[in-house]
Amino acid sequence: MKVRAQFALVFNLDKCIGCHTCSVTCKNVWTNRKGVEYAWFNNVESKPGIGYPKQWENQEIWRGGWELKDGKLELRSGSRLSKLINIFSNPDMPEIDDYYEPFTFDYAHLQNAPLSEAAPTARPRSQLDGSRMEKIHWGPNWEDDLAGEYAKRSQDKNLDNIQKQMYGEFENTFHMYLPRICNHCLNPACVAACPSGSIYKREEDGIVLVDQDKCRGWRMCVSSCPYKKVFYNWESGKAEKCIGCYPRVESGMPTICSESCVGRIRYNGIMLYDADRIAEMASRQNEQDLYQAQLNIFLDPNDPAVIAQARKDGVPEDWIGAAQKSPIYKMAIDWKIAFPIHPEYRTLPMVWYVPPLSPVQSQIDQGNLPTGPDGAIPLADSLRLPLKYLANLLTAGREEPVRNALNRLIAMRSYQRSVHVEGKADTRALEAAGITEDQAKEMYRYLAIANYEDRFVIPTGHEEVRLEDFYGFQGQNGFTFGNDSSPGISPNSLFPERRKETLDSLEPAPSADERY
Amino acid sequence: MDLYTLIFGVYPYVALTVFVLGSWIRFDKEQYTWKSDSSQLLSKKGMRLYSNLFHAGVIAIFFGHFFGLLIPHPVFRALGMSDMAHQYTAIVAGAIFGTSALIGGAGLWLRRLGNRRVRAASRWMDINILGWLMLTLMVGLSTLPVSLGHAAHGNAEVMVSLAEWVQSIVYLHPNPGYLANVDTIYKVHVFLGMSVFLFFPFTRLVHIWSAPLGYLGRAYQIVRSKRAAVAR
Repeated sequence: MKVRAQFALVFNLDKCIGCHTCSVTCKNVWTNRKGVEYAWFNNVESKPGIGYPKQWENQEIWRGGWELKDGKLELRSGSRLSKLINIFSNPDMPEIDDYYEPFTFDYAHLQNAPLSEAAPTARPRSQLDGSRMEKIHWGPNWEDDLAGEYAKRSQDKNLDNIQKQMYGEFENTFHMYLPRICNHCLNPACVAACPSGSIYKREEDGIVLVDQDKCRGWRMCVSSCPYKKVFYNWESGKAEKCIGCYPRVESGMPTICSESCVGRIRYNGIMLYDADRIAEMASRQNEQDLYQAQLNIFLDPNDPAVIAQARKDGVPEDWIGAAQKSPIYKMAIDWKIAFPIHPEYRTLPMVWYVPPLSPVQSQIDQGNLPTGPDGAIPLADSLRLPLKYLANLLTAGREEPVRNALNRLIAMRSYQRSVHVEGKADTRALEAAGITEDQAKEMYRYLAIANYEDRFVIPTGHEEVRLEDFYGFQGQNGFTFGNDSSPGISPNSLFPERRKETLDSLEPAPSADERY
Repeated sequence: MDLYTLIFGVYPYVALTVFVLGSWIRFDKEQYTWKSDSSQLLSKKGMRLYSNLFHAGVIAIFFGHFFGLLIPHPVFRALGMSDMAHQYTAIVAGAIFGTSALIGGAGLWLRRLGNRRVRAASRWMDINILGWLMLTLMVGLSTLPVSLGHAAHGNAEVMVSLAEWVQSIVYLHPNPGYLANVDTIYKVHVFLGMSVFLFFPFTRLVHIWSAPLGYLGRAYQIVRSKRAAVAR
């Protein structure tokens, strides 16, 4: 057993209202630059839909993620050798139009236009080459709120094995929002695909980052990430991705997308897992077992044996404490209401989702839906969203875990309804769903109230394990000589000089007169 | 010192020094700029064909020149390869891979100039260096008929003198005299080729240094530890 801590997130889709505040704050903080105008580290999709970039879930097109070849885990896009052979032209690389051509508008024209009969308009302009765009054909959220023809939207891979014609009819339409960021996977395909070894996972919190100095622009990460969450900066020629807002997280703050979420749907916390079992669990034969396999990797932070091993493996004490209070652990393991997105990609993603109930109040009022033991709440199978669709998204198609989760969410509501509307606790739904009254109360607190301190349990980073000389750090933090992006600490430096990174030895520096 | 000596006796050292020191300094101080600078995201069209033809051709040509010119001829002869066989090998391989690189490179160059997105993202040097490589390549390919003429007369002298000149440079005994009797077209090609080394550190060509062969033997997952940084 090798215990590692992972910074993880849960998104409660039941409460996502698709306002895109997460996307906009993220964009303003991280990708408001030339070359990544088209890149949204956080985006919100309307489902069913083909998403951003187009058809990202269809791995027959993009060949992202892992697959089993003769029982062994291998990148779907091919072996290491095939990566090098295809390095001159990556056959699986998306084109900018698969995302969208980034655009701006001639805003200045609104003020500078000469007097005219008609009001002046701000026409679109390409941000790639500055040329006039007569018409915008696609954008980062073109299918917003089910916009566009059903025929196109229904190419959504999650509608596989579903009678999709039926859901094209107005009466049967269903809809949900899917906010997406980098999943900071336990078994990241982008890291594995990087020929120059520039992408890495941080040992202390599991955040996956691209070393911008080491990236050579070979582009294999872009195609190998099955979630299409690594982006190629066409201006700098480097790969960029969601950085898990690590400067905030290290300071104990939630990611900016989580902090700004008006629906309070995002949870940040720590999970302990067994790093020795990654390969074993990611290579389960049946892809429907991968959800359970990932649950098996997680370790109980209250188990004395786990705590002892975590200490031995260098997990700081306050991180163990945070793991014990983790909202992620409660939702993923205690209540089993959160699921990884597309576990069949075998990346062991660490952004999990609470599946949405469908708003079906009028149907309930008319008594059109079969109800559970309390006679008030409809059964999960009769909701507007097909269970199969959610299962295709969250459990590689296995419906049972998703049904159980929905039933628990419904039971919690049913229970709270009985307490608040009828004035007396009715626990029949809880019993049917297999949760206790205390659990239901806690679920209510976490899901409905969603207090800041319950949603975000983030221990601060431990810079002191890295720094030997705090005094030196004090004098250098936030300041670099010359080029900010290259610290000049190559061991074979052409210009030997005092190292500029904050890693000075504790040994006193030799005095000048000894040397000369 | 006359211009001839300057170009074939001094310029090679200038070019090689700039090539090595320039690359080293850029890697050391400006590693963020060290990249292949792919434009595949902006346009995939033709990339599969042209980029592969170009790169395969250029790599083969580089190693052809490298081994063909640097290995002393007595070694080739000792290995049982006569000068004539060497010359024909060079001509055939040069023709095949040169054409491959020319077709690919021309396709890439036209794409760079013609595709509005790629053009907008191109830097001045991106267009120039590819153009320069094409020029070098075309002059190199036009030496082929001359070489065939030599070969038809059973004459390998020009090839041997070229190799000896290159070796004289490498052994630090520069002797421009070796090129005295070589046809002008070869000299032009040599000058263009040396200049590629001179320009190299200032272009995207630096990505050649970073050919990721180490990937073949690497573990898939990479985890960086804060604590390891202390031990560094």
